[in-house]
Amino acid sequence: MSGLNTTVADRLQAAGTANALELRGVSKYFGALAAISDVTLTVKPGERRAVLGSNGAGKTTLFNCITGDFLPTAGTIRLFGEDVTQFPAYERIRRGLRRTYQISLLFNELSVIDNIYLACRGVSRARFSMLRPRVNDALLNSAIDLATVVHLLEFKDTLVANLSYGQQRQLEIALALAGAPRFVLFDEPAAGLSPSERAELIDILNNLPSHIGYIIIEHDMDVALRVSESVSMMHNGLIFKEGSPLEIESDPEVQELYLGGAHE
Amino acid sequence: MVDPTEQSSVSDTSGPLAQRSGGVHTLRESNSALYRWLSSIPPSYAVFACVLLLLPAVSSSFVLSQIFSWGLILGMIGLSLMFLGGYGGMVSLSQMSVAGLAGYMLAILGSSAITDISVGWPWWLAVPVAIIIATLFCTVIGLLAVRTEGIYTIMITLAIAAAFFYFTRQNYVLFNGFSGFNGIKPPVLLGINWKNPVPFYYLTLFWATVAYLSVLYVSRAPFGLALQGVRDNSRRMAALGFSVTAHRVAAFSFAGFIAAVGGILLVWLNGQISPGTIGINPAIDILIIAIVGGLRRPIGPFIGALIYVILRTFALDILTSMGLAGERFQLLIGLGFLVIVLWSPDGVLGLWDKWRSRVTLRDPWNRALGKSAITSANKSPSISADTDKPL
Ligand SMILES: Nc1ncnc2c1ncn2[C@@H]1O[C@H](COP(=O)(O)OP(=O)(O)O)[C@@H](O)[C@H]1O
Ligand SMILES: [Mg+2]
Repeated sequence: MSGLNTTVADRLQAAGTANALELRGVSKYFGALAAISDVTLTVKPGERRAVLGSNGAGKTTLFNCITGDFLPTAGTIRLFGEDVTQFPAYERIRRGLRRTYQISLLFNELSVIDNIYLACRGVSRARFSMLRPRVNDALLNSAIDLATVVHLLEFKDTLVANLSYGQQRQLEIALALAGAPRFVLFDEPAAGLSPSERAELIDILNNLPSHIGYIIIEHDMDVALRVSESVSMMHNGLIFKEGSPLEIESDPEVQELYLGGAHE
Repeated sequence: MVDPTEQSSVSDTSGPLAQRSGGVHTLRESNSALYRWLSSIPPSYAVFACVLLLLPAVSSSFVLSQIFSWGLILGMIGLSLMFLGGYGGMVSLSQMSVAGLAGYMLAILGSSAITDISVGWPWWLAVPVAIIIATLFCTVIGLLAVRTEGIYTIMITLAIAAAFFYFTRQNYVLFNGFSGFNGIKPPVLLGINWKNPVPFYYLTLFWATVAYLSVLYVSRAPFGLALQGVRDNSRRMAALGFSVTAHRVAAFSFAGFIAAVGGILLVWLNGQISPGTIGINPAIDILIIAIVGGLRRPIGPFIGALIYVILRTFALDILTSMGLAGERFQLLIGLGFLVIVLWSPDGVLGLWDKWRSRVTLRDPWNRALGKSAITSANKSPSISADTDKPL
């Protein structure tokens, strides 16, 4: 990455081109409620960041603004240097952004492999193709590879509605890794997983190619600190602290607000 | 779906074939694609196809035209609704208007008894142009309708159907107002007069089969699969890189094409088209046909259409023989509709599935096979390249 204090790097930084994601003054109001207010956030390519915060802090809303599920009320969002603030969600996804949902959003009437295949198809060409895939279709093969990654290969023909909760969470992750992701938003991927599934998830995250950056929302400090190199703390729609996992863990304010609260 | 006959036929054929030696094997490999395709057709489908092909030998021209040809045509228009509703989750009441516009365009551009208006183009020019215009019309309907959801889609498409109906009734310059067009004939081609009931039946059977198979095929192709994704979860589709709006509009174009072909055949069958063909009642009849048959699979609208035309043709006789006023046939159709929908929200197809699964479970042999039957049932909706299994 860029060295410190070189003027070129500073200028690149200012232009936003050195960043995978750059939010400036992003706010989202639901009526009078500021779900997030004036959030400024910069994430470099390949950076892995955790966002922590209590329920209702605005973490999911932040993701919705970044992916374009909602348009922000104010502020600008840049993705790999490009201002995508007014772009529809699908345009941002085609530029390498991916996400998972806190509450699984899957295609319940379709099989596992169809779900993953759609994810692969969505970020490739010929989305309108009227021809069925051939036996050695490249996208079909990558869908099968992804099913293998999340241990769903033997369920590839099962309808999603018949999957267990844990399997649906795994499928959420497979959908977010389809195509060639450059930056992924994981919304509480570990919630409701068993300890072994959690370990599996940590493995997957730590083994993603290093150019893929991500933001992960995670309540479990243990998980969050093992998969991220920087942490942002959110409360009442504001990011009030950023730092390395160690700094955050030992920060008295954080301990009071978040970790302390968790022990009660 | 679990088909007992299919299960047994598979195990019956694989046994002997596996035991036989080289000769059969090479024959099998040399024609493997054809062989696989042929052996993938369940016997019940082969029988069904033979019945359809041999119908003209056993039925009168009246039954052939007024039950089967008409039923196949209404089935196609219902199929275009089924494609939008079943796969896309968008119930459109404009499909009869699209078919009607194709018919009107054929009358206007081709030849009819209204020589003042009809341009007199040859059929090979008038038919494709009429189909293209109607397909574009359906695309525009899509553009208007796809920004709405659920009940609002129904309302908007109903409003379009109503507007088009009143427009054709009041416009005399192009649509010849209240009386419309008559004297529209299918061509004489290859020495065959396609107006005759038997050739016309085969013509409709051919196009209905093409429409049915295309819908079946496209439903497993990326376009159709994505449409089902939009139906299940449009927000997630956008988060996977799909433009939901573009996909919905494209679905309207595809459905419009099918309805347009149906519309051409409809005016050829009736020899005429007028505002009455495309009014609110016919628009709702198409909805009834699709729902009574079942919106979940493309065969549904054809079943619904057959029931509809039988009721429509014979209800009058039944009612008058019972000493009731003949005009009440709509009431009988409405009652039938009510009974089926109350009984099975998935229409006749739903009843059929229920009955089949009950029979399958009761049979001890199938119960033993239960596990494998379930996996094979689950296989059919998958995108694996070779699951061309019809239904
Ligand atoms: N679609 C919505 N409409 C109205 N209010 C919402 C909506 N989504 C979130 N909120 C509100 O915004 C606040 C932040 O919610 P959320 O971003 O889901 O928090 P978190 O993910 O941190 O738990 C909450 O008070 C929530 O009730
Ligand atoms: Mg949340």
